[in-house]
Amino acid sequence: MGQGMEQRLTIEASGLDGLFAVLEERGFTVVGPTVREGAIVYDRLASPADLPRGITDEQDGGVYRLKKRDDDALFGYVVGPQSWKRFLDPPVKRLWRAERDGSDFRIVPEEVPREAFAFLGVRSCEIHAMEIQDRVYIDGEFKDPGYEARRRSALIIAVQCTVAGGTCFCVSMNTGPKSESGFDLALIEVVDTERHVFVIEAGSPRGREILEALETRPSEASELAEAENRIADAAARMGRTFDAEGVHDLLTQNLEHPRWAEVAGRCLSCANCTMVCPTCFCSTVEDVTDVSGDHAERWQKQDSCFTMDFSQLHGGIVRSSTRSRYRQWLTHKLATWIDQFGVSGCTGCGRCITWCPVAIDLTEEVAAIRANPPDAVEPHRRGKP
Amino acid sequence: MAGKRKPKIAVWKFASCDGCQLSLLDCEDELLAIAGAVEIAYFPEATRTRLKGPYDLSLVEGSITTPEDAARIHHIRRSSKALVTIGACATSGGIQALRNFSDVKDFISIVYAEPAYIDTLTQSTPIGEHVAVDFELRGCPINKAQLVEVITAFLAGRRPKTPAHSICMECKRRGTVCVMVAGATPCLGPVTHAGCGALCPAYGRGCYGCFGPMEVPNTEAMSGAWKALGASEGEVMRVFRNFNAWSAPFRTESEAHEKEE
Ligand code: SF4
Ligand code: SF4
Ligand code: SF4
Repeated sequence: MGQGMEQRLTIEASGLDGLFAVLEERGFTVVGPTVREGAIVYDRLASPADLPRGITDEQDGGVYRLKKRDDDALFGYVVGPQSWKRFLDPPVKRLWRAERDGSDFRIVPEEVPREAFAFLGVRSCEIHAMEIQDRVYIDGEFKDPGYEARRRSALIIAVQCTVAGGTCFCVSMNTGPKSESGFDLALIEVVDTERHVFVIEAGSPRGREILEALETRPSEASELAEAENRIADAAARMGRTFDAEGVHDLLTQNLEHPRWAEVAGRCLSCANCTMVCPTCFCSTVEDVTDVSGDHAERWQKQDSCFTMDFSQLHGGIVRSSTRSRYRQWLTHKLATWIDQFGVSGCTGCGRCITWCPVAIDLTEEVAAIRANPPDAVEPHRRGKP
Repeated sequence: MAGKRKPKIAVWKFASCDGCQLSLLDCEDELLAIAGAVEIAYFPEATRTRLKGPYDLSLVEGSITTPEDAARIHHIRRSSKALVTIGACATSGGIQALRNFSDVKDFISIVYAEPAYIDTLTQSTPIGEHVAVDFELRGCPINKAQLVEVITAFLAGRRPKTPAHSICMECKRRGTVCVMVAGATPCLGPVTHAGCGALCPAYGRGCYGCFGPMEVPNTEAMSGAWKALGASEGEVMRVFRNFNAWSAPFRTESEAHEKEE
């Protein structure tokens, strides 16, 4: 909804206190980046003092390190181990309870959440990830009411990327580094020796209303030029590239490619890649009873196609080899996701590369399959997830 | 199962430290409910009651290390409808299975003044190597919530839920940052069976593998990652030679590094 011709406005970095106040007044819980356990994670924030001031993250396959920046940037890092899906779709949640009632039982449904989040510091790839998850949880035949309620109430305050991470490849996936839509407000941080400001724009009526309540001034031309420069710089410094051309057919026609067995030798089947991926949506349900047998609960837990239970069907486990599980993850993410939801399941955020303990890199795996000619095996499972 | 008599539960001890039985005593609130739902037929740690079998459920702690115990476990099996092993000793031989990698006679002569009084087997072995086991609960010690789940599931006639995937999934669900990726701390989480709730990583430590191998442990790749973080052959060998040293995947991996050292 970004209206290009609108006058661009600037707020001082110190004006973020005002933003927090305005958000709280409107009943939002502010969630954003903060430093914990040696990483920048997303959590509830009390004030701008909780933001990772002057800190950046260096990332590569299996490696993540926080480093000091030589300025006071508040958003001078890329993306951390978590994504907003932790808040939109909590990893562990109760779905309902049941109470024994004589010889019958009574279902007690879980209340639909009422907390409205203001997500501060949402990156372009992350907005795309939310839109991908919307197709899963809201746009399909079966809706997830909890996700829908949280998603509809959430306010998205984007921060445009002015640095690129060592494992980022949003440019290859067409998902960044600049958010063009899908936000209520968007900020570009400009920090140097003379100034620390945010160029701010509204992307929705809700965002505009909030913007009007803030203390702003018209942006100076030099600020705007610097802001655009920094985004262009991020785009030019992607840590990874990915050739997405024809990847659907490349993968689905190479289900017996020797590379799958090769990567399976390195893969731990630990599931970290799926757990950190902002679009993966799989879950399992567990029914629990207490000792008395009078109470039962159904819990939903984030799951992964890397577990054995995941493919347990009547009669056995369908994907018992790591080869078949790694292939499931990659072909679903990059190929059959398109059949299922009309878009790729990958935003190029790089989390699965950084947070893989043995540095398996999907861009490399696909490149290796592409580099070798198709193995001429019948594409017998083509298009089946 | 409700209506008639209460199911009879027995708790048996073999070579172990008692920590897993203590987890049962530690279940205070749940224990009252459990005690109301079952008849504790044999549990020397908690009560002097000693009812004759057969037992509906036997919980077995500890490993087999003596000829008497090797015979006793068969009696227990014969008098138990269901037999569940609790803890690393009972499911993989425990820390005392370190003897399996050496000659036990050497230890005996060093430790005991009168070696002649010692009658022991050359190996410490899990219960499952001696009798059929209906369910194995992992951990050193076991997680008490999982123990309650196992007993509850047994009483309800359903399968206990104790997922066999990696510790990593527990870290990610609780929001713990990976100590290996962010802290260069070697961690056994990727090859370790879930169950503790990712306790050590939550305190910034690597996982020690208390719950033993996960369902599909790629220990070789794990060792490679440890070495990339600077662990020596000896360190890699020792980390797999822990409470679950005699579990097949950890044993094979530690032996591979023993040879290379
Ligand atoms: S597949 Fe990897 S790079 Fe793509 S969105 Fe998921 S975590 Fe990010
Ligand atoms: S890649 Fe695996 S965990 Fe992710 S959405 Fe697909 S099947 Fe689910
Ligand atoms: S690709 Fe990496 S993160 Fe994913 S399951 Fe394999 S080892 Fe774990």
